[in-house]
Amino acid sequence: MDLTKLLPILAEGFLVSIKIFALTLLFSIPLGFVVSALKMCKIPPVRWIINAYILIMRGTPLILQIMFIYFAPTMLFKADAPPDRFWAVIVAFSINYAAYFAEIFRGGIQAVPKGQFEAAQILGFNKMQTFFKITLPQVIKTVLPSIGNEVITLVKDTSLAQVIAVSELFALAKKQASTQFSVMPLFVAGVFYFVFNWLVTLLFDLGEKKLSYYK
Amino acid sequence: MAMLEVRNLRKCYDDLEVISDISFDVNEGEVLSVIGPSGSGKSTMLRCINQLERITSGSVCVCGENMITGEKNGEAVYASADVLKKIRRNVGLVFQNFNLFPHFSVLRNITEAPVSVLKISKEQAEAKAMELLGKMGLADKAKSYPCELSGGQQQRVSIARALALSPQMLFFDEPTSALDPELTGEILAVIKELAAEKMTMVIVTHEMAFARDVSDRVIFMDGGVIVEEGVPSELFGNPKNERTKQFLKRYSENTFKGDK
Ligand SMILES: Nc1ncnc2c1ncn2[C@@H]1O[C@H](COP(=O)(O)OP(=O)(O)OP(=O)(O)O)[C@@H](O)[C@H]1O
Ligand SMILES: [Mg+2]
Repeated sequence: MDLTKLLPILAEGFLVSIKIFALTLLFSIPLGFVVSALKMCKIPPVRWIINAYILIMRGTPLILQIMFIYFAPTMLFKADAPPDRFWAVIVAFSINYAAYFAEIFRGGIQAVPKGQFEAAQILGFNKMQTFFKITLPQVIKTVLPSIGNEVITLVKDTSLAQVIAVSELFALAKKQASTQFSVMPLFVAGVFYFVFNWLVTLLFDLGEKKLSYYK
Repeated sequence: MAMLEVRNLRKCYDDLEVISDISFDVNEGEVLSVIGPSGSGKSTMLRCINQLERITSGSVCVCGENMITGEKNGEAVYASADVLKKIRRNVGLVFQNFNLFPHFSVLRNITEAPVSVLKISKEQAEAKAMELLGKMGLADKAKSYPCELSGGQQQRVSIARALALSPQMLFFDEPTSALDPELTGEILAVIKELAAEKMTMVIVTHEMAFARDVSDRVIFMDGGVIVEEGVPSELFGNPKNERTKQFLKRYSENTFKGDK
């Protein structure tokens, strides 16, 4: 099979990978903020729960978490049918990445000097104004490089969705490789990931440059 | 009428009593300096009055509004959020290390609070900010970012930021301590100018010569209490209390050493 036939097949898989990527970011970033806020909360039981959640999410393989989300409803909770494969992946990725993002955000929030909050308080800003005008912009600047790292990892992690037979880029490439007895499809898939991550890197570099107007 | 009335102010951190029973007044247009050794509770007192710390007991009255309404189970009970907000608007605080917002330009540092807290129009706020910057000798820095300014310039911006809200009183917590000695003069000059305009101010400072020069009254604090209070000529020239004498003596020795 030549490249002109292979490319459309892989492109279709790549679209699924990008969907996983985009939806995961869409859900995990806000969720990460909520989790980081809860982790800094003053009520101890809330902190314990959040700590356990983060420990499990970061301490076990994502591939296992995907399988759990997909198989647990039928095998553990006696549901009639398994959940939709694609959405099971989105849920697993979102709660997994939220745990990583939460820790990054917490670091970013704690890196904002206490004096910033005191100045905001003295000037009469309310909590919302303080968060959106003072805290968030400074947090974004400090966390951007670490977020960039996670996002690049996420691009590659989307290939884990194949474990529950979601037809994303890597799953399709592997299938093509075995039917054609060729490594070409896998190589092309690699190029897809590489180019996409190159763009992601450029985007984050641009972001960092844009925020370098202050120290 | 006293603009600020502090009565029996006490502040404890757990079991540690940092301020024990402080009372004083500040009248309209008056400049009060607060001096005292490190750890004597000067900052804590300012922070209590500015609602950055919860007071343990006592009362604070700013421009006729009571911050504390009573006491319950040995803890001060605070007035309603509305009253506290009103009090907040009447006082400004200038920090030792400026605490400017690094991601805002100098102009936006000054206009942000008037626009989003006092709901003044952006044009009006900017006009006022430019006027204040002019007064601080920083009109050409409006578009700069704090990291591009010297410490002295940053502190002048932070004073302009406080003044932009037109407070009735201004508090300073060691406004020159984070500055190189050659930069302290420019800040002291600004404060002197404000004093000449009859701005009501409370200044915590280690600059004895300045305190003597600019204040109407001086308080000497030590160990969480007011040890001595008086007009500068009395307190510096003829201190009554033994602890005041010792503190001032140590200071003048250090100053002389510094001069030579
Ligand atoms: N958050 C806190 N928890 C416990 N103790 C505190 C806290 N903040 C201040 N203190 C203690 O309160 C005392 C008074 O501190 P404060 O900062 O008010 O002194 P100061 O007179 O401003 O000193 P300096 O001249 O060094 O600024 C100190 O002994 C300090 O250790
Ligand atoms: Mg202090």
